[in-house]
Amino acid sequence: MTGWFVASALGVLTACGVWLCLRARTFDVVLGLTLMSYAVNVFLVAMGRVAFESPPIIRSGVPATLAHYADPLPQALALTAIVIGFAMTALVLTLALKARYVNGSDECDPTLRKAGADPTAPPR
Amino acid sequence: MTLYALVLLPYAASLVCALLPNHARNAVAWIAGLTALAGCAMLGITAPAIFGGDILRVSVPWFAGVAFGFRMDGLAWTFGGIIYAIGALVVLYARYYLSPQDPPARFFAYLLAFMGAMLGIVLADNLILMVVFWELTSLTSFLLIGFWSHRADARQGARMALAVTGGGGLCLLGGVIVLGHLAGGYSLDVVLAAGAQVRADPLYPVALVLVLLGAFTKSAQFPFHFWLPHAMAAPTPVSAYLHSATMVKAGVFLLARLYPVLGDTNLWFVIVTSTGLITLTLGAAFAIFQQDLKGLLAYSTISHLGLVTLLFGLDSPLAVVAGIFHIINHAAFKASLFMSAGIIDHETGSRDMRQLNGLWHFMPITATLAMVASGAMAGVPLLNGFLSKEMFFAETLQLTEHPGFKLMVPVIATIATTLSVAYSVRFIHDVFFNGEPVGLTKTPHEAPRWLRIPVEILVVVCLAVGIAPAWTVAPVLAVAARGALGDRVPDYSLALWHGFNFPLLMSFIALTGGVALYVVLQKTVNLHTIDQLPMSGKRVFDRLVRGVEIGGRRFITWSPTRSLPAALTWIIVIAIVAMAWPLLRHGVGTPDLSVMPLGSEPTVIGLLVWLLAVGASIGATFCYRKRFLALLLIGVVGLAVSLGFVLMSAPDLALTQLLVEIATITLIMVVLHFLPPTSPIEPGTWRKWRDGFIAIVAGIGVMLIAQAVITRPSASIASYYLDRALPEGGGTNVVNVIIVDFRGLDTLGEITVLGVAGLLIFAVLWNFRIPAQGRDAAPTEPWNPLLVRTIARLLLPLAAMVAVFLYLRGHNLPGGGFVAGLTLAVVLVALRVAGGGHPILDPRQLAYQPWIAGGLLIAGLTGVGSFLFGFPYLTTSFAHPALPVIGEVPFASAMFFDLGVFMTVVGGTLLATMSPGLLPDGHVGGVDQ
Repeated sequence: MTGWFVASALGVLTACGVWLCLRARTFDVVLGLTLMSYAVNVFLVAMGRVAFESPPIIRSGVPATLAHYADPLPQALALTAIVIGFAMTALVLTLALKARYVNGSDECDPTLRKAGADPTAPPR
Repeated sequence: MTLYALVLLPYAASLVCALLPNHARNAVAWIAGLTALAGCAMLGITAPAIFGGDILRVSVPWFAGVAFGFRMDGLAWTFGGIIYAIGALVVLYARYYLSPQDPPARFFAYLLAFMGAMLGIVLADNLILMVVFWELTSLTSFLLIGFWSHRADARQGARMALAVTGGGGLCLLGGVIVLGHLAGGYSLDVVLAAGAQVRADPLYPVALVLVLLGAFTKSAQFPFHFWLPHAMAAPTPVSAYLHSATMVKAGVFLLARLYPVLGDTNLWFVIVTSTGLITLTLGAAFAIFQQDLKGLLAYSTISHLGLVTLLFGLDSPLAVVAGIFHIINHAAFKASLFMSAGIIDHETGSRDMRQLNGLWHFMPITATLAMVASGAMAGVPLLNGFLSKEMFFAETLQLTEHPGFKLMVPVIATIATTLSVAYSVRFIHDVFFNGEPVGLTKTPHEAPRWLRIPVEILVVVCLAVGIAPAWTVAPVLAVAARGALGDRVPDYSLALWHGFNFPLLMSFIALTGGVALYVVLQKTVNLHTIDQLPMSGKRVFDRLVRGVEIGGRRFITWSPTRSLPAALTWIIVIAIVAMAWPLLRHGVGTPDLSVMPLGSEPTVIGLLVWLLAVGASIGATFCYRKRFLALLLIGVVGLAVSLGFVLMSAPDLALTQLLVEIATITLIMVVLHFLPPTSPIEPGTWRKWRDGFIAIVAGIGVMLIAQAVITRPSASIASYYLDRALPEGGGTNVVNVIIVDFRGLDTLGEITVLGVAGLLIFAVLWNFRIPAQGRDAAPTEPWNPLLVRTIARLLLPLAAMVAVFLYLRGHNLPGGGFVAGLTLAVVLVALRVAGGGHPILDPRQLAYQPWIAGGLLIAGLTGVGSFLFGFPYLTTSFAHPALPVIGEVPFASAMFFDLGVFMTVVGGTLLATMSPGLLPDGHVGGVDQ
């Protein structure tokens, strides 16, 4: 049952993230990436199986085995992944911001662009 | 200790030179010269041991069984001697050669760095370390060839040399990895002892070809020879030192070094002998037709390197001795010839042999010196070149096993030597006689005395070795041969006269034939009229480079990289296909119902969190065009995820996610301020449906995989960490112990990424000004009510305290450097948002960069610290001192590491978040205009 909850939430997050990533505006892509990175981090933790009420913090008297604690390894991986994910999101945002003023539009799909027909282009 | 000094002293001297100002012309020259002399002295100190047959070794552990160590036997000692002795002469020469406009500090710093790298190659104790120094010589050679960086030919020559020798270095790296794998270790002692085992292995040809590619590119063997003539754009001291005496010898040194391991097989014989033969002949033939003095010498060097390669290919111990002997001799006469060419260039302003004629009248001393050295190059008796050439001829006649080569080798050797006599005669006749100079800009005159002294010394060496070999070079050659061959050193004699025999006949044919050939060529063709050779490696190389460029451009136009959605569609579709393939082939399988999660399921809260996450993300997707609303909903998803981490027994993750969420949403809001508030309606609906289909397939795939994994028994390696966290890492919070201890190196890499990303964001926005008319709305007065501002200010000290608390307890309870750093950063961001325009919040004050640099430095140094206790990089040691008030504090050296993490996270996060936040004020960084 629990497995189904986690898995279905992952599926929804991924689907929404992918769809937003395929939009043609930088900002929407960033939102999509954010959703996808949530999904990826949860996925990483889920690879260590789901565990409740047993954080990987050694308690005296409890044997240090996986029968008593959640798997700490995927958690350690996910922790740094969260922070790096933030750094990358910030970088992409900065590029999106600059691209809008350099290119005159926040569109990232030139195949869609018709010359001078972009309503979001800042006036020049 | 001496061995470390031998390699590291030039580097230390190089650093000192680099720091000195350029007008300290004499100081840098003295430093460089004394370094080379000190090296010679150190070699002198070690001489008794080496000549006594010892092999000196020093080493400290480096990584994964590879030592950072040096090993000196006779061969290494001899090469070390060539590098340091000729180095000293080149320094003296360069001091008077360089013009006042050339920055001497830079030149000598490069030269010394090269010297250190070269010694590293010959003294390295293991193959990996040798390759490291090998690449360093390629890099320093690049810098030295391109020393006159304002000249296009210098830049081109430097690039070409780096591409060829650097590429060869990569092949060599592959080769030594295979070789080490076959031999069971990278240490030279292990590898040299494993010859039979290596040659018997089916991977032997791979190792051999890769190693030979490295050696042949470095030693300019056909078909990689073409970079050497273009390297002649370097200042002449560099050509004399790197491109005749030392660096190009690294390749043949490698052949001598690895001959006992790789040699003595048919494959070795065929490849090395043929390459040597072709290079020897082609180099000599091309040399005759050069008009540039240094070009002639460059092709002659190629030819002589081919001769040495051929000798090593002949696969007999005696040929190896002859090869080493010729390396020593060539270093002496070719370095002196380059220096003479440099003198001529220096005093006449030209290197073109069509202009240089009859210089005998203007510079008789230089002319005499150059003529003696050319005699040695041609193999005239009583000079050193004659002796090794005789040995070479004798060896070419010893072939017994290879019928195809038996006749060919001595015949081609004689022809090539005839050619080399011809170009030597041309060098002498064309430059010093043959009429009068034509169209020189300067009136030629004799060179200053100090410029000539190095040449004089080298020419004396050529004569001394040529006349009395037994008293001069014999002991050195003996010790070098023993280093290369071990117990297999054959009997040989260095006498001048071996009676009338075939080698003498071949020498006679070559000498007379060479002179005759030159006379005939000059009479019939007139060498001065030949402009360019029809075949040019450079053209092939250039065409290759162009081809790569054009191909790359075509690929870019063809690939869907211009449109981001198209590129992402490709990536996602390929990922889906790659994952679906095994899933469809093997099915998801039946879940193992006995796998139950630990602890009791939080049904109600779990359901709520699930609803929150799923509902908010679907909501964000459907109202994505209203950007602010979508952003808020994304924030809700992030909070739900962090609640999910709480439920899933991951408190550290929950804390991190929560804080990162705040920082991310704040940052996106700031950026949204500069972007349109809504997304326009996309044209066409089919695309939405297609993307929707892709997205749903991706979601279902991820769901199936996650479900399949979660419902199967775990086979995690985590028991190792759980077991050892407390006894070995000294902490009960296993996640934190993994981050700062077990996988500390990963973390170091990750915080580096964070720091670099922060700096990059700052750099991208540096001096970026949003055009006033481009703004969507005029900047309004910042909204910061007094209440919010006051609370934010009060929050700062509290938050700082919480951060310290989280940091200190991190090793045992949820917390640690990442969480603490994010806490502090988020509160500072909040302060900024609340309008507390405190100067420390301004990246322009350069307040964050030191946090990043300091953090990385602390984390890196903590790792180095464990070397002091004799442990590998980043080994933790710990204690649990009790502090007053706070109580017992886990004190592990990993705490310092975590401090580094903390500082880098603070700096990186703030730099990333604050840089765009400054845009309302006009622009980030730079000077206000």
